[in-house]
Parts: sequence; C-alpha cells; structure tokens
Amino acid sequence: MMQMIAISVSNLSKRYGQTRALENVSIDVRRGEMVALIGASGSGKSTLIRHIAGLEAGDGETGKVVVLGEVSQTAGRLLRGRAAGRVAVIFQQFNLVGRLSVLTNVLIGNLGRVPRWRGTLGLFSRSEKERAESALARVGIPHVATQRSSTLSGGQQQRAAIARTLVQEAEILIADEPISALDPSSARRVMDVLATINTQDNITVLVSLHQVEYARRYCKRTIAMRDGRIVYDGPSTALSNGFLAELYGDASEELVLPESTAELVRALPVRPSGNEPVHMLA
Amino acid sequence: MAEYAAGFLRPDFSDWRHYLAEMLVTIQIALWGTFLAVALSVPFGILSSHNMVPWWVLQPVRRLMDLFRAIHEVVFAVLFVVAVGLGPFAGVMALFIHTTGILAKLFSEAVEAIDPRPVEAIRTTGASRVQQIIYGVIPQVLPLWISYSLYRLESNVRSATVLGIIGAGGIGQVLFESIRAFYYPEASAILIIVVITVTIMDLISQLLRRLVI
Ligand SMILES: Nc1ncnc2c1ncn2[C@@H]1O[C@H](COP(=O)(O)OP(=O)(O)O)[C@@H](O)[C@H]1O
Ligand SMILES: [Mg+2]
Repeated sequence: MMQMIAISVSNLSKRYGQTRALENVSIDVRRGEMVALIGASGSGKSTLIRHIAGLEAGDGETGKVVVLGEVSQTAGRLLRGRAAGRVAVIFQQFNLVGRLSVLTNVLIGNLGRVPRWRGTLGLFSRSEKERAESALARVGIPHVATQRSSTLSGGQQQRAAIARTLVQEAEILIADEPISALDPSSARRVMDVLATINTQDNITVLVSLHQVEYARRYCKRTIAMRDGRIVYDGPSTALSNGFLAELYGDASEELVLPESTAELVRALPVRPSGNEPVHMLA
Repeated sequence: MAEYAAGFLRPDFSDWRHYLAEMLVTIQIALWGTFLAVALSVPFGILSSHNMVPWWVLQPVRRLMDLFRAIHEVVFAVLFVVAVGLGPFAGVMALFIHTTGILAKLFSEAVEAIDPRPVEAIRTTGASRVQQIIYGVIPQVLPLWISYSLYRLESNVRSATVLGIIGAGGIGQVLFESIRAFYYPEASAILIIVVITVTIMDLISQLLRRLVI
C-alpha cells in the first residue's frame, strides 16, 4: 500500500530541566509536500527536527513519531531498526567532517544502504562514486570533490551536505535552518536546490526557517511554533506580518527580514523551472 | 674517582658495530612496544570516552587502564623477565602494557573533545556505530592521536634503554655490563651512541608531528 503520510508526529513532548522544548506537538506531513517550520529562536524547531531525525527521544508515554509507516520512536524509546536512514537531515552548521574530502563526505550518504562491511572498509563501488559525483554536479559544485570539505565556503558546504542526502536516497529530507549561516545569495541557492529536489524527485521536504519571507516564497504550507507548541499550521500566504505580530508579539520582528533583503527575496523568479541546472556562485 | 672520570673521557669505539646492533635492538623494542600499544589504545581509548559508551563499559575499561598506567614499566619488565625469561620480548611487553595505559587515556581525552555534530549527521544516514566512529570520530582525532603516539615513541626509546639494564636486552644491557666490569671507556662510547640515537629519534619524531598537525 502506498503510504500517503510521510511524517506523523503525535503528542510529542520534551523537557530539558525546566524548559518545555516541545509540548504535546502533533503534525502530519504528506508525501511530496514542502513544508516550512518557522518560529523565533528557542521555540523548539531544532528539538522537533532532532526527534523526527531519530537523534533524540521524547518524554512520557504518549509521544510517537512515525516515518513512512515505520514507528521511529514511541513512549520515549528510539527504535532505530527499519526507520534508520529513511530521513535525510541537513543542519544549520552543515555538519560535514572537515578533514575528509567533499567526495568522501558525500559517499557517507551510502552507509545506510550498502552492506555493512563494505561501508566500514570504505570500499565504495565505481557506480557509487559516480553517483556521488553527479550529486555534487546537481547541487552545482562538481569541481570541489577532492578538496577537504573545511576549505569550502558556507554555501558550498551546505550544498555538499545536500549532495550527501541525495546519495542517501531518502524519501524525506528535513533541514534545520539550512540557510541561517549563509549570506542572502547563498541562501537563495540552497533554497532553490531544496525546491528542485522537492519538485523533480518528489522528495518530501520539511525545512525550518528563521525568516518567514523564505517560507512564503518556497513553501505552500507553514507550521509555526512558539514556546514548544504549534501555533499555526496552514497556507503560508496567510502569514502576513500583521498575523505574525499577533502570533509572536514583539518577537515577530526577528522573523521578518529587513525590507531591503525582503525585496530581494520577492524579486526572485518563481521557483526554478525544474531541469534548469542550479548554478553556483563562487 | 679520578680514574673513573678519566675512563669516561677516553671513549673506546673499537666495538662500535656491536653497540650499534644492540642499539637497534633497543629501538626495535621501543617500536614494537609503542606499535602494539597504539593498536590497542584505539579500541581502549574509545571505550573509555564518556561520549562514546555507557558508564558500565567506561568504568571497567578506565580502571583497567589506570592499572596499566599506575605500574611502572620497570616493574612490568621485572615481572615479564621472570615470566618469559631474559630478552627483548620482556621489554616489548613491559612497554606495550604501560604505554597502552597512557595512550588510551590521552586518546580518550581527544575523543571527548570532538565536535559531536558531524557524528550525528552520519548517524542520520543509517550508519552503524563503528561506521560513525570511522567516518566521524577518527578523522577529528587523528592528528592528536599521531602526535601523542610519536611522543610516546620518543620516550619509549629512552625507557627501552633503561629496561636493558634489568635484563630486557638491547643496548642497556651492554652498557650495564661494561660499567659493572669497570670498562669505562666502552661505557662512555655506548652512552655517546645512546645520546646521539635518542636525539635523532626526537628530531625525526618532531618532524613527523609537525607534518600531521
Ligand atoms: N540539549 C539541550 N539542553 C538543554 N536545553 C535545550 C537543549 N536543546 C534545546 N534546549 C532548549 O529548548 C528550547 C528549544 O530549543 P530549540 O529547539 O533549539 O529552538 P529553536 O531551534 O527553535 O531555536 C530552548 O529553550 C533551548 O534552550
Ligand atoms: Mg534551532
């Protein structure tokens, strides 16, 4: 049976000491959607993403995360078995291994798919290497494969991280503020790549964003968090600056780009047309 | 006393081939002891890092390493000479065990200081624990691990000389025998060879360490 729900989180709560990072969070993301997750810093976006990624277990008996029909955690226990590797993750700080080459970092995406012994010994086949190289070409950085990943710019590192998730061939991609550490033009490129992956490969994308402009621009649906709770889940178009001010009070300012940059985001052509390659900006 | 000093001032190199051969034995003792210790310190170092294993693995491994470190290599050498007889093998075993205790601790300190984020990213690809270590941890700690290992190799060349004195073979044994037989000029020549060799080893090791950092 075709599973229509990609990610299903129900009644998930998480406390760190006195901080309630998640409070009874429930969301469903359907296959093929590209959904934005917004919220001021400290609202629980990263915590939610880490739970969906299987990096952290929730509190209590009620919380449950189901990924493509496989339970990945329930009642505070992680079930790494079949859910492992089915969600590809991109992080704010890229999280590449700086001393390894870009190609090796991308090949790491194979580890969950190839036989254990082969991945452990680093014996990747020619076709796996070719796929890693074409993933790098696809995100617009084909010429950096042999460089140490620490030598890349932030935008290039984030695109290498995306190439790793392409090699992983997960049907779900979640990204935790993938553009917060980037300048506006690198940020656009990374968002374009994510949008292309979503439309061309039909990969479900959940992307947390600090700034609502990008959510309006790239995602039909936005989930908004505040103090560990979901405060809005619906069309991104409804998220006017006025509505944000209603949701967040003064904190809404931090979610809206300064007018000059916002102008730049609005002036973008509508979504990359699909087969048009994503170019890189050095 | 004057005779003693005078003997040392006239080093006798006539038997230098023999000294050099024994010096090589000493270096080999140090190399093997260090090499085996490095090989074992990789797993033991990871198993005694709090960010890698639960406490019920951490505590026993750490206590075992404390034990290895607490007992001086000379004491181990005496024990091994009794157990396996005189010769280089006892020296190798003594250095191996004591150095494992030291390196495992230094290795684990490097592992505890890593950036956990790349390792988490690798975990999300579905990689196994061992794969997370190979691709996420080892690349981060390798320069420090190599540096620590070379440093221990330097000091093990010095220690291996001392171990010879208590019967673990090599140049130390020859040195001790010539002093005991009042052959001061020979002892003086041996000492000069030891000093030169240790200096050369230190220089090579420093050079290698600079290359990896
Ligand atoms: N490992 C942790 N230990 C303690 N507190 C944490 C930890 N992770 C998150 N928190 C707290 O949980 C809340 C939500 O954090 P986070 O999910 O990182 O928010 P966001 O990603 O939206 O900025 C914050 O108050 C943060 O301080
Ligand atoms: Mg965050």
